Amino acid sequence: MLVTALFVVRTRDLLAATMLLGAYSLLSAGMFMVLDAVDVAFTEAAVGAGVSTILMLYALVASGRFERTPTRPQWLPLLVVLATGAALVWGTFDLPPVGAPGNPVHQHVAPRYLQQSGAEIGIPNVVTSVLASYRGYDTLGETAVVFTAGLGVWLLIGGLQRRGAAAPVLASAPHANLILRVVSKFLIPVILLFGLYVQFHGELGPGGGFQAGVILASALIVHLQVFGADQTRQIVPESLLRVLAPLGVLLYGGTGVAGLLLGGNYLDYHPLGRTPVGGQHLGILLVELGVALTVSSTMLLLCYLFAARVARR
Amino acid sequence: MTWLQLLATLLLGAGSLLLLLAGIGLLRFPHFYARLHAAAVVDTLAAALFLAGLGCLFGATLGTVKLGLILLFLLFTSPTACHALARAAWVSGLREPAQPGEPPPSPS
Repeated sequence: MLVTALFVVRTRDLLAATMLLGAYSLLSAGMFMVLDAVDVAFTEAAVGAGVSTILMLYALVASGRFERTPTRPQWLPLLVVLATGAALVWGTFDLPPVGAPGNPVHQHVAPRYLQQSGAEIGIPNVVTSVLASYRGYDTLGETAVVFTAGLGVWLLIGGLQRRGAAAPVLASAPHANLILRVVSKFLIPVILLFGLYVQFHGELGPGGGFQAGVILASALIVHLQVFGADQTRQIVPESLLRVLAPLGVLLYGGTGVAGLLLGGNYLDYHPLGRTPVGGQHLGILLVELGVALTVSSTMLLLCYLFAARVARR
Repeated sequence: MTWLQLLATLLLGAGSLLLLLAGIGLLRFPHFYARLHAAAVVDTLAAALFLAGLGCLFGATLGTVKLGLILLFLLFTSPTACHALARAAWVSGLREPAQPGEPPPSPS
């Protein structure tokens, strides 16, 4: 990991840097796996090594492959980086030793989550119950961040310019050859199915809205790459995505408001069902659905935007 | 050590050896297509060997079924990815040098 990180900093070839970043993400996913953080590893592999590499490649096609060589050494950034790094390393001196049983992380709320979540939430995957129920606010914030980032990119590159003008004519001919088309026709349904499995299996095993959203989006991105953006737009029109991305956040927040109206706290799912555990199940299902909607439609929307921009050039 | 474990060791060892050879070929071969040939042909077989070896270790469990599925997908995706790579290089104008040992001509 250190070697890939150093090469990413050193190289001027941004394509190589992007590929190395993907490798870096995959390696850190392996590291999380070794640390038994299966959900985090899954997310890192799907988001870090998968979709963000594709988005960065699109950005490279839109901008240019090579970084400009700086004309003079820049001392101020180096100073800032060194000071920040030194402060971070100094901060690690206060951390308790890794894995010691007396650490705050093993004393504070984690034992309660591990012991009580089976009775309170009633789903086997503790990570999902922590993410979607105990720490529902954080996950709502993350979903809103994904949506806001997508909105920002949409506003920055051409979302508004195209309002009056006709949609740009993209390279609509099937530019990929037979082998790619046949193999992706076989793979895309399987990827979609796997995404749905990850979505609805997130209560039982590793998985959940973020990973499922990214996997669903990646199936459509494969379609976009192989068959051209026009064909994908016919399946999933951009206007639909523009509705779905906010709808996910709305669904998440609305689940919270529904709990509020039914007499609980915000993002408290107990009142939603007949029994508290049933309410938790329903709440987590709705919330994860919202996350998946926002994540997948934002990712696909970004790819549409980049593809349109590349086609305009 | 049971026979299954011995078989798994052999399969995993063969896979590692093949991957090592592919890595050496990737570094040592003269031009792009030869390097791709070294990597592309071997990595499918090596992955298959690895998965078969792991399957022997797992025995007749659900894990082995999943390994079989992974193998199926690798058999589809890995050659396709290499094909796409070689095709992209060909379409963008990369040609082999006429004489072995010459530096490859830059794509134009």
